[in-house]
Amino acid sequence: MDTARTDMVVADEMFQRVGIDEELSEHLDKPSLTYWADVWRRFRKDKLALFGLVLMVAIIATVFLGPLFSGKDYKYMDSSVKNLRPNAQYWFGTDDMGRDIFTRVCYGGRISILIGFLCTIVMFVIGSLMGALAGLKGGWVDNLIMRFAEFVGNLPYLIIVVILTMTMGRSIFAIVLAMSLTSWVGTCRMVRGQILQLKELDYIEAASALGANTTRIILRHLLPNTMGIIMVQVTMSIPGFIFGEAFLSYVGLGIRPPGTSWGALASAGQARLMFHPHILFFPCIMIVLTTFAFHLVGDGLSDALDPKLRE
Amino acid sequence: MQTVEVLIEVNNLKKYFRVGRNAFVKAVDDVSFNICKGETLGLVGESGCGKTTCGKTILGLYSTTDGEVIFDGVNIHALRPNEKTEFTKRAQIIFQDPYSSLNPRMTVGDIIGEGMDIHHLYKGKEREEKVFELLNTVGLNKEHVNRFPHEFSGGQRQRIGIARALAIEPDFIVCDEPISALDVSIQAQIVNLLMELQRSKDLTYLFIAHNLSMIKYISDRVGVMYLGNLVELTTSAELYDNPLHPYTRALLSAIPIPDPQEERRKQRITLHGEIPSSINPPPGCRFASRCQFAKEICTRAMPPLVEVDKEHFVACHLARQF
Repeated sequence: MDTARTDMVVADEMFQRVGIDEELSEHLDKPSLTYWADVWRRFRKDKLALFGLVLMVAIIATVFLGPLFSGKDYKYMDSSVKNLRPNAQYWFGTDDMGRDIFTRVCYGGRISILIGFLCTIVMFVIGSLMGALAGLKGGWVDNLIMRFAEFVGNLPYLIIVVILTMTMGRSIFAIVLAMSLTSWVGTCRMVRGQILQLKELDYIEAASALGANTTRIILRHLLPNTMGIIMVQVTMSIPGFIFGEAFLSYVGLGIRPPGTSWGALASAGQARLMFHPHILFFPCIMIVLTTFAFHLVGDGLSDALDPKLRE
Repeated sequence: MQTVEVLIEVNNLKKYFRVGRNAFVKAVDDVSFNICKGETLGLVGESGCGKTTCGKTILGLYSTTDGEVIFDGVNIHALRPNEKTEFTKRAQIIFQDPYSSLNPRMTVGDIIGEGMDIHHLYKGKEREEKVFELLNTVGLNKEHVNRFPHEFSGGQRQRIGIARALAIEPDFIVCDEPISALDVSIQAQIVNLLMELQRSKDLTYLFIAHNLSMIKYISDRVGVMYLGNLVELTTSAELYDNPLHPYTRALLSAIPIPDPQEERRKQRITLHGEIPSSINPPPGCRFASRCQFAKEICTRAMPPLVEVDKEHFVACHLARQF
């Protein structure tokens, strides 16, 4: 036993002080996750939502890049190929004027998706700014904005659309204006409710004690903290607007030919339903898939934004 | 106190909150006091007596109902917007709740740097350096700069709040119960940090708290509030040795003594009766309904705050009689 101990050579340099590096003691190898990075981490776990996101990207990519691959023009009529079934040359077939349905669906999809996004952006910007102002200022400003919102919200939507499309022509601009004129009311109410909750918190008071003006408080403190709920509403409302536009085009108030949209295509296809159902089928399936994809993403987002809700 | 130079003068400050058509909560009702440069004025009183409202009104976070707050010669409630921004550079606040006082979507660096951005003090590299320096001052680490508030403990968050207040180098800080949400062991750290900062940066504090021992430790002078009124105001030593207002006496008797035998022998003054509602406070002394010495005059006339001894103000009709 004793011999084993004497075998060990104890040198001075074995007892060097290692010391503590104060800076390193607080170092984390894992990077600090921002709020949105954390949301993305949770979102990725939801397979269905991820599928929705892939589908959404695929649809948008097809709509914008599709015509490049099909190599056809959406307006070009070829009377020798009317009402063809889907085949190798015309992937979705042709319509009653011999136009390639795939190219038309892509082109119409651009308009539909564009309108969906534009309406949502207008709704989101106007609604959240009005809501933030009403919630933050309170008093007569709040009263004025909310009464105005109630007034606008009670206007019959169809009548406004008819009047606007009649006076301004059936352009994209008129449709976007007509649809977003009333839609911001919901966002406004929701954001106002959130702001009323948030503005009582100390960090808002701290910001104003630091000298921050109203714009800064809204943009830097209040909106980032309501963004989660707003994002869910945004993804959920895009398909709503696409649907709304489809409805308007279907009843003949939407995009004017030669321009087209999914709704207009479906409307045209309806007349040929008996003998050439594929003309109606393809624009309809696109509308359904798009709505489905956006809803899946919205659902996943709302779960990812509020993990407590799911447990 | 070496040089008595008044920094803040609060004159007949009133702050009422409307709660109904003709009902007002008189949160702060006719309060006057001075705060001298470099001193710490403590403000104590039970929950809902108007301490916090008083502090926030002094900073201009609430408008006044009546009265004025003179900061370094100017009435801060009559400032134009750009002068107001200048004022915010000189007076800051530290909040009670370290959880709700930091924006959860901003990094620590941005929270601390916000004041610098608003007042265009530092930019780029210099701003970063300054934030590191502040983190160091309040006992945090450079590594913390890119983290979010939820990654910190209560005490650390309070330090971030202090760093934010210090970032624009104010002269005056309202400490709104900065320690009451913290663990006892952390309380001492934070109070010592605040006192150290006061020495090194020549700060003036209005320190709001309900922990009497802590107030005694940190304050030069102490004001006692009851239901929107200031009932006693004197130096901290005088207040603890020679309390004159019956309410102050009751408060002081509630301080636990860290000696079981002493504690058992101590006479505890227990207050009976209800606190009157601050919506329609009765005429006369606000404390009369709970005061064991109350006489007829107490329910009729509101006692003014008078100087009974040097630097010792009391609002009580019977101050000299018991």
